[in-house]
Amino acid sequence: MIRAFFLLGTALAVGTPAMAQEQPHAAHTMPAPQSPQEQPAHDMSSMDAEETASHDADKDSAQSGEMSAMDHAAMGHGSPAMDAMIPETAPPPQAFENPGFAADAFVGADVMAASRAEVIGEIRGPKVFWVQGDRLEYRARQGEDGYLFDLQGYYGGDLNKFWFKAEGEGAFGEEIESAEVQALYSRAIAPFFDVQLGAKQDLTGPERTHLAVGIQGLVPYEFEVDAAAFVSTKGDLTARIEGELDQRITQRLILQPRAEFSLAAQDIPELGVGAGFDSVELGVRLRYEFAREFAPYVGVDQEWKLGDSADFARLAGEDPSVTNYVVGIRFWF
Amino acid sequence: MSALSRRSFLSSSTGAVAATGLLTAMPAWARGAVSGTVARKGSDVLSGEHLTMSVADTLFTTGSRRGPGVAVNGTIPGPLVRLKEGQNLVVDLVNNSAHGTSIHWHGLLVPFLMDGVPGVSMAAVEPGETYRYEFPIRQSGTYWWHAHTLQEPLGHYGPLIIDPIEPEPHQYDRDYVVMLSDWSEMSPHEIMKKLKVADGYFNYNQTTWTDDYDMSGEDRRMWARMRMMPTDISDVSGATYTFLVNGHGPEDGLEYLFRPGERVRLRFINGSAMTYFNVRIPGTAMTVIQADGQNVQPVETDEFQIGVAETYDVIVEPTALAHAIVAESTDRSGMGVAMLTSRPGAKAPIPALRKPPLLTMADMGMGGMDHSAHGGGDSMGGEMSGGAAMAGGAMKMRDTSRLPETVKVGPGLDMVAANPVDRMDYPGLGLEDVGHRVLDYSQLVSHKPHAEVRQPTRLKTLHLTGNMHRYMWSFDGEKFSAVTEPIRFAYNERVRVKLVNDTMMAHPIHLHGHFFELVNGTAPDRQPKKHTLTVQPGSSAQFDLTADERGDWAFHCHLFYHMHNGMFQVVTVRPLAGGGAK
Repeated sequence: MIRAFFLLGTALAVGTPAMAQEQPHAAHTMPAPQSPQEQPAHDMSSMDAEETASHDADKDSAQSGEMSAMDHAAMGHGSPAMDAMIPETAPPPQAFENPGFAADAFVGADVMAASRAEVIGEIRGPKVFWVQGDRLEYRARQGEDGYLFDLQGYYGGDLNKFWFKAEGEGAFGEEIESAEVQALYSRAIAPFFDVQLGAKQDLTGPERTHLAVGIQGLVPYEFEVDAAAFVSTKGDLTARIEGELDQRITQRLILQPRAEFSLAAQDIPELGVGAGFDSVELGVRLRYEFAREFAPYVGVDQEWKLGDSADFARLAGEDPSVTNYVVGIRFWF
Repeated sequence: MSALSRRSFLSSSTGAVAATGLLTAMPAWARGAVSGTVARKGSDVLSGEHLTMSVADTLFTTGSRRGPGVAVNGTIPGPLVRLKEGQNLVVDLVNNSAHGTSIHWHGLLVPFLMDGVPGVSMAAVEPGETYRYEFPIRQSGTYWWHAHTLQEPLGHYGPLIIDPIEPEPHQYDRDYVVMLSDWSEMSPHEIMKKLKVADGYFNYNQTTWTDDYDMSGEDRRMWARMRMMPTDISDVSGATYTFLVNGHGPEDGLEYLFRPGERVRLRFINGSAMTYFNVRIPGTAMTVIQADGQNVQPVETDEFQIGVAETYDVIVEPTALAHAIVAESTDRSGMGVAMLTSRPGAKAPIPALRKPPLLTMADMGMGGMDHSAHGGGDSMGGEMSGGAAMAGGAMKMRDTSRLPETVKVGPGLDMVAANPVDRMDYPGLGLEDVGHRVLDYSQLVSHKPHAEVRQPTRLKTLHLTGNMHRYMWSFDGEKFSAVTEPIRFAYNERVRVKLVNDTMMAHPIHLHGHFFELVNGTAPDRQPKKHTLTVQPGSSAQFDLTADERGDWAFHCHLFYHMHNGMFQVVTVRPLAGGGAK
């Protein structure tokens, strides 16, 4: 049965015994395997010397010239010490002959220019469109349960991006408590950081517009940080700092502590904001990544209004301290 | 569709497919129907002076995975092009696919216009077009060919074998190709986006609270402080890749037949997009006789790491009923498997995946600062402790003052190797302590002395740079899209090229159209010739080059998504006069 359906030749083979016999070389015998030839020992200290020496050579071309005049053969070609003897100089003039691209004259300058543009475009990278729902959650708490959404995303290349953020929360059965969107130009300024500049629009309350300036990225110990300052059209200055840290318990089970601090430079009574630390939010969420892109979570999140903001909250009949038990999903695409 | 179900039936009925002789007639029923929709696994053979290679979009299935593929002449891999040294070759490349295509003849000495790199030596062959390649065959050995476009990782690659005019230096009874590759259900664009937006997307061997990696808390904090992952070994892993041997997944039961007492030549070709493999055949030693198509003095070993785009030919003399040919990905996320068997259906046990390795101090570019990095042995803990000790003190992961002015410093550069040492004697990550012999570059010695033994007259240093987090890759800090000047050589100039790897990944660097000689400690006239060189993480490596092929040539990291995200350059050999299209 098995033999009957044996699939022949779907793998590659480049010879058979029959074939080998046709070839004269089959008669040759193979020399006994030899051990590798003696090698100059790889000695760490001489490696270090190599590095230092070649750096010196870079900096002192006169010295390099002298070195290149030395008897290379005597120095033992291939040895680390030898490297310092080879000067790092500019290519000879012949290397600059026939300016332009080599293929242009044969293939056609226009054709090659278009082809180059295509390849360079691919390598520069396609613009990436990314949307993340970092927190989309149901918040169980004393009083009316609530909800929160926190989305962000970008469109762009390696260094320049259009970045957007949207955040809002409220209680079920009531008008939405707060909502805002941000539209930002984001520029990579360091391996792990982008600066962002743009506008924030409040969608609730007095619907203020703010100038937004921020920095977003990854600080040592892998904290994701997003810090921004906002100046409203009324001249109010506020700021917000968010930090998140992913702690992998297993490859898919991830604990994420999160902190958010809101600050204000002045009282903004119509927004219920007091000068100084306005509010602090600490949370921890445990998510399970069924896929990297899709992870439900549970967690707890504690919010405190501080200082004058707490007073404003009390005056409005609200508790300045709220504990939310949350369940939600984190996703991106 | 009917073709697919027929194939499924055949595969599941047999559980085995055999690798047979090149000249064996293959009944049509046994090949599986040629289908416009599902690529067949494995290659047919193309020989002669005038070949036709037709590219088409297909589906591909392996195990339970199913997704897009690109087949050449209906198969993945595409045809085995088998040639004779000294012949002329004409290939008509017919593009029946929906995207631009090309064929690059990897490792072949060709006129630069025949090299098959869109944007450098030709324009992509558009859908419906036919392009003619024409060049003489000036060498022998094991090579491969592949598209230099986004079609490559989808299946547009195949083996290329050139029989020498002179007799082969070694005797063997059977001669097989073992072409390793990686295939994903995801399209290359999808993979690229995942790599851009999510660190470690494909890595399910990350450090966690519950892992059993031998690392102290201090070491773990050090890595977190650096914002790097000690498990960052393969950007794309077995989480999405199925590792293929001649197009066959581990479940396909590919067999290579032998008779006891026979000497079997296995031509390993790593045609992967992104995967380094550790290759071993438990129970039998391998004698390496060729690397990158060039004969070397025989070296007996038990395992070797094969970088993307490299080839190694080995001779084995299997003694057991069956031996497993195991190609384990270096991150230990999966393996390609085939059986070397003396009886169809006989199987040897397949070893389990070994424990994933961790990057070391040397991979951070601090090799010289910790001697244990060279010492082999289970020194991981020790190395990491060394690193942690430095974390509080002098260690700087990105001291850009160490870089020459030629390197552009910006967001695309996240690390500078503080002390990049030459690691020609390094067997590859995870192979320092496997309890048996492992090949390294310092063991490669050219079979014959070279005629060319001139001393290099100048040194050219290039830094391999990148930002893992942003997934940007470059030479000297500049992605190819930002580069304005090629790397220049004068015709016949002899140059030593030093590559410094300022990243924590191994990069297989490939120069088109030339062989270079590894500066690996052997005598200058015996330095092994290669077309692709792995530069170990945080390390340096050197090669000597005689720039004797005029024209513009691609020079790049052969990890597909590194090349495609910037680690690409053009080497030009001038003047063109006397050889523009020689």
